Amino acid sequence: MAEFKEISPNASAGAKLTNWFENRFPTAFDAYRVHMSEYYAPKNFNFWYIFGSLALLVLVIQIVTGIFLVMHYKPDAAKAFESVEYIMRDVPWGWLIRYMHSTGASAFFIVVYLHMFRGLLYGSYRKPRELVWIFGCAIFLALMAEAFMGYLLPWGQMSYWGAQVIVNLFAAIPFVGPDLALLIRGDYVVGDATLNRFFSFHVIAVPLVLLGLVVAHLLALHDVGSNNPDGIEIKGPNAPKDAKGKPLDGIPFHPYYTVHDILGVCLFLMAFTAVVFFAPEAGGYFLEYNNFIPADPLVTPAHIAPVWYFTPFYSMLRAITTEMMYALIACVVLAAAFGVLKGRMPAIFKGIIVVAAAVGVLLMLSIDAKFWGVVVMGGAVIILFFLPWLDCSPVKSIRYRPSWHKYVYAVFVVNFVILAYLGVQAPSPIGERVSQVGTLFYFGFFLLMPWWSRLGEPKQVPDRVTFAAH
Amino acid sequence: MSDTPIDSSKRTWLIATGCAGAVGGVATAVPFVSTFQPSEKAKAAGAAVEVDISELKPGERVTVEWRGKPVWIIKRTPEQLAELPKIDPQLADPQSKRKPDEFTPPYARNVHRSIKPEILVAVGICPHLGCSPTEKFAMGAQPSLPDDWKGGFLCPCHGSTFDMAGRVYKNKPSPDNLEVPPHVYLSDTRLLIGDDKKA
Repeated sequence: MAEFKEISPNASAGAKLTNWFENRFPTAFDAYRVHMSEYYAPKNFNFWYIFGSLALLVLVIQIVTGIFLVMHYKPDAAKAFESVEYIMRDVPWGWLIRYMHSTGASAFFIVVYLHMFRGLLYGSYRKPRELVWIFGCAIFLALMAEAFMGYLLPWGQMSYWGAQVIVNLFAAIPFVGPDLALLIRGDYVVGDATLNRFFSFHVIAVPLVLLGLVVAHLLALHDVGSNNPDGIEIKGPNAPKDAKGKPLDGIPFHPYYTVHDILGVCLFLMAFTAVVFFAPEAGGYFLEYNNFIPADPLVTPAHIAPVWYFTPFYSMLRAITTEMMYALIACVVLAAAFGVLKGRMPAIFKGIIVVAAAVGVLLMLSIDAKFWGVVVMGGAVIILFFLPWLDCSPVKSIRYRPSWHKYVYAVFVVNFVILAYLGVQAPSPIGERVSQVGTLFYFGFFLLMPWWSRLGEPKQVPDRVTFAAH
Repeated sequence: MSDTPIDSSKRTWLIATGCAGAVGGVATAVPFVSTFQPSEKAKAAGAAVEVDISELKPGERVTVEWRGKPVWIIKRTPEQLAELPKIDPQLADPQSKRKPDEFTPPYARNVHRSIKPEILVAVGICPHLGCSPTEKFAMGAQPSLPDDWKGGFLCPCHGSTFDMAGRVYKNKPSPDNLEVPPHVYLSDTRLLIGDDKKA
């Protein structure tokens, strides 16, 4: 037990009350110090560093609005669509709560994509922050599950057919697939059983996992300390510190960054409320038009596409056709040949590479392209987890990398946006080719990173962070 | 670390207890996971459906629901039937030889994939990822379709195309032809879908 602190009888009532609590619940006071008033964050944060706080804000918005929506929503295939319209028309201010929740879903992905891109720019996933990044990727994955299951709940046409397609993705897995899909749906088609279990996952199971992961993400971050745009360690053994051992390039998170973030929060809420009030459907991107038609298991809408935040991955799924498999097989063969000819490793490993490549090619020839489409789509997310080990650049931040690295990242972003755009469009032969090239580039960017990230001459990294007082 | 020597018999029992607990934990998970399976009610809801097709005219389609899925009954025109053998080279599986037990019952393993040449009965669900293809019976060039289109179906989700016998074109996401469900003619105009034993 911590030492019991006595306080002077002349102290103010407020001080006495604080002391009373501190003696009985010191953990809360320690947590406040460790995570707020004495958590030193680098003083050179730029606007990219707002998106973590914003993600937390959106999480709160989603939980609060979600709690209120559940009070009026009915998870029943016969009543779900109706109950959402009831919320929109008859529940006082129900439309606002619902639009906040639906806009919040898209806002979540916008801030999370920007937050992840920040990590990419400044090498925030590099040692010793690998686990922070991995927890973050797990949050992204949980968020995708949460968004997907939430999208079924309004029981519109897009809800229904989107769920049908994604659940059938699991059916593509050899041997266990069809049974697995049956286990997910709980029926032979997407139906009432599916709706009920997705509701359960959406409102309780996944949010609990999400919250746990967010706590792990923040605790791990506060253990290793935040990265910054210069990619310099402000708490390392050689970093400049004052007489008390506090980093000279850091400032306490509270009050400095809490107050600083208020500006970002205000700007974000201006944009957020503008969408909620003036464009809640965002031109069919946040709420798709077909979802205002009740689910009909007999008719697929003429054009179905997932919500915008899934479309880059959806494009990659669509890109994997029988033809594309030959390109992928060629990639595997080339990679194996390169590894055997150029790799510096014992003969046994080269043997393993040859055997693995042969088995891989055999599987690629014998299993449907449909299954490999699922593998590619899943792989596009899973590959992010390995980023800390794929990036072999001698410096963390883009600021001190060779200038041409910026173009590589720019092409990556443009490619991602093109894939997202194509995923919204109806299938077309040209779109298919472009998305195939885009898929190869996406994976090339990551898989070839150990090679290209080492190329070029990095710039001199300064000893102290770049910061001008203002 | 304590300096006390390890009591190996105590450790053995700890491991044994831990294993027993794990077995119990896994056993408890079984009923929870089992609840994900289709309920008895869902399993029972697979009854065959009877359809009267006396009103169906050539070039028309009716859709009925069987096991929650759309089943199409299409009366093909003589022109549409005449095109079927000609497009064989463009198809992935023109003879319906791939997984015939799942997709094509014995009485539909023919050029027109049906019992009566003009009447096609097929489950309107794309074998790729389960969307319902849209009818594109008109021949000729149109959006998302080749210029020499001979009529058939286009899946709006991933662009698989099927001919008027539900056979999938080559190099499309769908690996298989549309499923022909078990069905039987009870009379000339009454069709039973979901069962081919009663007759």
